[in-house]
Formats: sequence, structure tokens, C-alpha cells
Amino acid sequence: MYGSFRLVLQVLSAQLLCVWVLGSELTFELPDNAKQCFYEDITIGTKCTLEFQVVTGGHYDVDCRLEDPEGTTLYKETKKQYDSFTFTAAKNGTYKFCFSNEFSTFTHKTVYFDFQVGDDPPLFPNENRVTALTQMESACVSIHEALKSVIDYQTHFRLREAQGRSRAEDLNTRVAFWSIGEALILLVVSISQVVLLRSFFSDRKTTTTRVGS
Amino acid sequence: MSLQGIGFLFQCYLVLAAAMYFDLGEQEQKCIIEEIPEDMLVTGYFLLEPWEMNALSHSPHLGVTVTVRDPNHEVLMSKRYGKFSKFTFTSHASGQHYLCFQTNSTRFSVFAGERLKLHLDVQMGEHSIDPVPDKTKDNMKNLENSLRHLVDQMIFITRQQEYQREKEEVFRQIGDNTNSKVLWWAMVQTSVLLTVGFWQMKRLKDFFIAKKLV
Repeated sequence: MYGSFRLVLQVLSAQLLCVWVLGSELTFELPDNAKQCFYEDITIGTKCTLEFQVVTGGHYDVDCRLEDPEGTTLYKETKKQYDSFTFTAAKNGTYKFCFSNEFSTFTHKTVYFDFQVGDDPPLFPNENRVTALTQMESACVSIHEALKSVIDYQTHFRLREAQGRSRAEDLNTRVAFWSIGEALILLVVSISQVVLLRSFFSDRKTTTTRVGS
Repeated sequence: MSLQGIGFLFQCYLVLAAAMYFDLGEQEQKCIIEEIPEDMLVTGYFLLEPWEMNALSHSPHLGVTVTVRDPNHEVLMSKRYGKFSKFTFTSHASGQHYLCFQTNSTRFSVFAGERLKLHLDVQMGEHSIDPVPDKTKDNMKNLENSLRHLVDQMIFITRQQEYQREKEEVFRQIGDNTNSKVLWWAMVQTSVLLTVGFWQMKRLKDFFIAKKLV
């Protein structure tokens, strides 16, 4: 009996620790003229944050839309590069957020989003505490918070760098193609200019001789 | 140990059921992209459910094929799992990895249009949160566990930062490359322009002299 109680306790406490699973971040590719939706079941009163950023593709913008279980639009933006939206769930149910690339005809977009539901669990769960946190524990807690914000900043930095690099790669290929194309056009145009001029004068020569004789 | 393992997996199932999901048609493949530095252990949990929770399970043999591609588009791992499972892989190269999920059922489906929902959670690194913070043990043990978790977090951050440094170098090289390309092509084009101009004048002058117009 004690063994099963321990198991239940372990399951519950492990559940508390794994609540961090409820913050999900994903990077996915959105083809042109496509729409991709994600769903999440949220209980009433939970504070949630949706943050997204377009990493590669076209003008680096996407449409985003967030709806509550009854279909009311909580957040709707068109052609945004990045944004962050915080809301408190007013109803129980499945919330839906969609990213749309329907305005674009041929560019695939890569979109990163981070959907946080609820607060992160504390490092030392308060459930079974009998005393206040010791100094060691509060030091651990502050280090933990600092590291979480470091990870957050790192993610933002990584996305910005990926965006910049994708633009640089595009620029590189465009410069190469444009230069080769322009050199070819230059050659073709100049040779045809000479040929055309020569053809003008050849015709006139024939007409003058004909008139003369 | 096995009881604890089952307990851990069970609560992962519970938590995953409340996690984010997206829709997946039968036989459809959807991919997510993850930037992973090399030698990083990646763990993914997924749960596949029919779209309507109260619909009878027509295809009890639902399965998911998980295909992981590395940055060179070579297949790193391709395995078939049941409805709820966990998969792990270690990246050998650093870069964008593609995790693709495709549903398949053993019965050839009459219901090819059936929608399924896929709950997904992908975690990187080995954040060893001990799933058993037994409160009956003394506080030192808990503190040790928390410290170990913090150390894992810091190792993860350091690994990501090193990877970031590599990528930044690639970025800088692309910028330098573009710069030198622009310079080189500008010089080439100017010289082509000048050469062609001289050639034109020379040809035309010879032509007019030959035709006795000049």
C-alpha cells in the first residue's frame, strides 16, 4: 500500500516537474499558399504567450491568427515579421493559432513560434515545503531564472542570425547571377550594334551604285 | 526502477495529451526544423490520436514513421513507432535537422481522409531533472539534484553558444565572399565595357575606310 502511494506521489511530483513540457517551440516550413494551424487545450485563467518570428523566405512576413474555443479572434495580424502576444485564457477549451502564407505565390517561409502556457514550474516545488527556502536554495533559484533568460536571449539571437545569414546568401547568389547576366548582355548588345551598323552601310552602297550606273 | 520508468512514461503521456498538437492527415508527412549543434542528444515525445475524441478507433493499428534528416539531407534515423512513444537521436553534424512525421496504418484505409492529431514535444540536451524528488530524503539530495540540473543547463547553453560562433563565422564568410564578388565583377564588367568599346570603334573605322566613306 505504501509502495503504491509512493508511486502516485512520484507520478504527481514528476508531473509537476514535467509541466515545462507545456511550453512548446517549433520551427516549421510553410509552403506558399499554405496555412498551418496548431491547437492547444488551455484551462481558464492561465496566462499564455505566443511569440513568432519568420526566419527565412521572401519578405520575411507571415499572417498570424489566434482564436479561442468559440471562434472569437483574439489576435490577428497580417504580414508581420515577428511579434509577441500575451493573453489570459478566459474560457476552457481548445485554442487555435494559425500561420498563413496565402498571400505569397512562390516563396516558402520558415516560421519559428514559441507558445508558453502557464508559468514555468519552480525549481523547488512549494507543495511539501515546511520551512522557507535556505540561502543555498534561493541562490539556486536565482541562477535558474538567470539561465532561463539566457536561453531565451540565445534563441532570439539565433533567429536573428539565421535571418541575416539567409539574406546574405540570397544576396550572394543574386550578385553572381546578375553580374554574369549583365556581362553577357553587354557582349551581345555591342556585337549586334556593330553588325547592325554594318548592315545599314552595305545596303546604301548597293543603292548608290545602282543609281550611278 | 521499472515502476518508476512506467510512472514517468505515464505522466509524460498525461502531460503530452495536454500539450500542443497539430493536424495530420493519413499518409501525410509533416516536418519540423530544429537547429541542432553536433553531438547533442535530442528526445522527442509524440502522441497520435484521432481528431474526434469520441469517434471509434477505426484503425487501431495507427503508427507513426519518424524520419530524421541531417543538414545534408541524408537520413539519420527512420523508425516506425506506435501511437505514443519517445524517440531519441544524437546529431553528428551541426545544422538544420528535419524531423518528419508520417502516419501509416497497417489496414489499407477506406478512410483516407481521416484527420489525426499529433501531440509533439521535442527536448534537446540531457537536462537531468530527476523525476523522483522524494521529499522524504534530506534536502542535500534535492539540492544536489537541482545543482546537477543547473550544470546541465549551463552545458547546454555553452554548447549552443559554440555552435552560434561557428554559424557566425559562416555568415561573415558569406558577407566577405559577396563583397569580393561584387568587386571582382565590377572590375570585369568595366574592362569588358572598355574592350568592347575599343573593338567597336576599331571595326567601324576599318569598315568605313574599306568602304571609302572616310
